[in-house]
Formats: sequence, structure tokens, C-alpha cells
Amino acid sequence: MLTKRLIACFDIIGGRVTKAVQFKDNIDVAPAEQLAKVMYEAGVDELIFYDISASAEKRPIDIETVKKVARCVFIPFTVGGGLSSLSDMYAALKAGAEKVSVDSMAVRNPSIIAEGAKAFGRQCVVLSTQVKRTGRTPSGYEVYIDGARVATGMDAIEWMKRGEGLGAGEICVNSIDNDGSLRGYDLELMRLAGEAVNVPLIASGGAGKPEHLEELFKTTQAQAAIISSMLYSPRLARNYSVIELKDFLSARGVNVRV
Amino acid sequence: MKIRIIDYKAGNSGSVLHAVEHLGFEAKCVKSPAELEGASHIILPGVGTARATMDNLRELGFIDALSEAVLDKKTPFLGICIGLQLLFERSEEGDTPCLGWLKGEVKRFDASAVRVPQMGWNYVSFTKNSPVKAKEGHYYFVNSYHARPACDGDLWAVSDYGGKFTAAVWHENIFATQFHAEKSGQLGLELLKGFLSL
Repeated sequence: MLTKRLIACFDIIGGRVTKAVQFKDNIDVAPAEQLAKVMYEAGVDELIFYDISASAEKRPIDIETVKKVARCVFIPFTVGGGLSSLSDMYAALKAGAEKVSVDSMAVRNPSIIAEGAKAFGRQCVVLSTQVKRTGRTPSGYEVYIDGARVATGMDAIEWMKRGEGLGAGEICVNSIDNDGSLRGYDLELMRLAGEAVNVPLIASGGAGKPEHLEELFKTTQAQAAIISSMLYSPRLARNYSVIELKDFLSARGVNVRV
Repeated sequence: MKIRIIDYKAGNSGSVLHAVEHLGFEAKCVKSPAELEGASHIILPGVGTARATMDNLRELGFIDALSEAVLDKKTPFLGICIGLQLLFERSEEGDTPCLGWLKGEVKRFDASAVRVPQMGWNYVSFTKNSPVKAKEGHYYFVNSYHARPACDGDLWAVSDYGGKFTAAVWHENIFATQFHAEKSGQLGLELLKGFLSL
């Protein structure tokens, strides 16, 4: 069976990886291609690249940086941020991405999910969604867009179901509340998502120590976790290596790639 | 050496090219069948649906040129992901007639038993030795469909996702992996190197 995946997610600004807390106050970490190479060699299972300001600034994705990163990693690589048309998606795939991720653009124009799935296969289209617990929707979780700045009034769980129905092959669930908090993933959110959809789920936001991964994989249906903070956030008292995390999970009975 | 990577509209020829170049080989992504002339190795990469991929290959005029190079001239061929599925007679995905170089069909995973698509690292065991050296271990898969070869002899590797499924096939000069060798870290790169060293 499949291993649980540990994913490094890069928030890119101007070709450099940055790290934010609750989608704000980004601090600079390293040039994207340099950190990508380090993460690949360290044994991370996958890489996600978000051009985080593209959508808000209404500009196309930073394709030059995508190309540079794609040249140094030989693991799956997802690209998102500012993809608003089929030709944008194709440009990202052509530049070396394996999958494309849509988020705010999909909320504005849901048919982009269906179009992407039809053209490239549904396994190629990742729906990423920014979720906040607001109590204003049936599940209590609400979808936000544009770098967690704009509330939509949409129910997050309903949106995930709709996204799956439109053709998303994977859903990345970003908890705005837990992002950068280091208190663990939003397990309730991931449980609700796991019951609602059948496609693979990636949990994002909140990991601060290896136990958070163990509880995520043992108590929810998440198949993958974003672990950026633990790997390289300068805000953490200590960072963990990928091997350290995998050894920890493996010893506790979680199937990982070694 | 003339390594040719087929660049049809929905493919991920870029990823494959990067991996091939990283291994120290020169290769070219080609958009027209004429560019297959004299190829030493042909790679058909894959991201996309069976229907869209077959349509693209047909529109670009690749079908006959590929058959000639692979079936008649026996040029070493590597299909990846959808590039494996298209080798068979028919795919359940959009009920699409495919190349039919290998006997068998392509079926969808049972979504009531497993999450579809399969997306992630799965353990691959090679069931026989081929001229392309490959090690068992974790390789990266992204697929909703899997091939069922009619001839057991064509099976090269298996993996398990709610039951055993075809991870790779090998028939004479035709090699194909359901997993993305170009995205499977060191093990995948070694397999690619083995193919390019034929």
C-alpha cells in the first residue's frame, strides 16, 4: 500500500522561499532552487511550490523559478498560485511540474477544475483550499481566498465535495487557524474532510513536532502532510530532518518511504 | 545516441527531459513524427487522459511513426504512466481504443475499495530480470487506471493497491512503467539510466 507522504511546501516570493504565520509576516528562508535540492536529497517525498502573491497581484506564475526548481528535484512537484487558465496550467506542467494546484482562482471560476481535469487528467489537478473555523457555515469551517485575506461565506467541506465532483484529484487542506501555530494539525477538520471526499488529502498547517504527524496519520484519513515549519522555519527552536521524522513515524507503525 | 521524448500537448516531457539530462544524456523533446527518424531511444511520457493522449498523438501524426520505429525497427521504447496504458488494446477511461501493441486492457481502480486516484509512493517488486536493471522499492504513482496484460509474460513488475496491479511491463524492446520513473528519486533515475544504456 501507499506510504504516508511528507511534503515540503515552498511559499515563494521573488524566487525565494519564505515562511509565514497564518499567511502573514513572511520571513525569508533561502533561494527556491537551493532549498529544493537540499529537501530532495534529504528524502522529502514531494514538493509543493506556491507563488503566494501571484493570485492577489493578478499576475501569472513565476515560471522561471518553477523551471529552476524542476531541474533539481526528481520527486513529484506541484505548482500553484496564479494559474487561471488551461494555458497557465500547461505552462507549469511544461516547466517541469507534475501537478497543478488551484485555490483562489478555482473559487472565482470553479470550471477551471473541470477543464484542467479534462485536459490533463484529474490526477494532475490539486484543489488547495484555505480554511478557517468561523462558525458561519454548516460545518463551522469557511473557505478563504487570496492568501487567507478574504472570506467567501462558502462551507469548506461542501467546497471540497464540489471540487472532487468537478474533477480535483487531490485536495490540500490548509488550516488558517493552525498555520504556523506549531500546535498540531486541525484533526477535526481533516476528519470531516476524510469523511466527505474520496480523493487523497493533504493536511497543512500547524505541525511543530513529530507527534503531530503521528496523530494526524493515525486518527484521520490524510495521506500526506506538509511539514515545512518543522524542516526549516527559522522561528522554531529546533528543526527536524526528514530522516528523523521518518524514523520516528516508522518506529510507531506509520508506513513511510525510507 | 538520439534520445527522443515525445512532446504531445498534455504530456510532462519537461520532467522527463530534466531527469535524462541530469543523468548526463542528451535528449530532445519532439513534436513531429519526422523527428523520430534515426532515434536510438524513444520515451513516451505521460500526464493526461487516455482519450486526450490518443487524440493528440493522432493529430500530431505520431501513431504510424511510432509503430514503425518500435514494432518494425525495434527501437528501445519506454512508456511512462499513460505511456504504459496506451500500449494495450483498450482503456476503460473514456472507452478509448489504444495502440494495441500489447494484448490486454486498462481498467479503473475500484473506488469503493481504495482512494482513486492512487497518488503516492508504493512498493514495487520486479517479477523478472530484464535488460533494464531496476531495484525493488518505493516508486511514485499517480494513476486512476491500471493495465491488465493478457500475457503474463509481458509483466515486469507488480505493486499492491487494494490488490496486485501492473507496475511495469516489458516485451522485447518495449519497456513501460506505471510509476513515474522520472519522479521516483534515486531508484527511478537508476531505472532510466538502465534504459538509456541499452
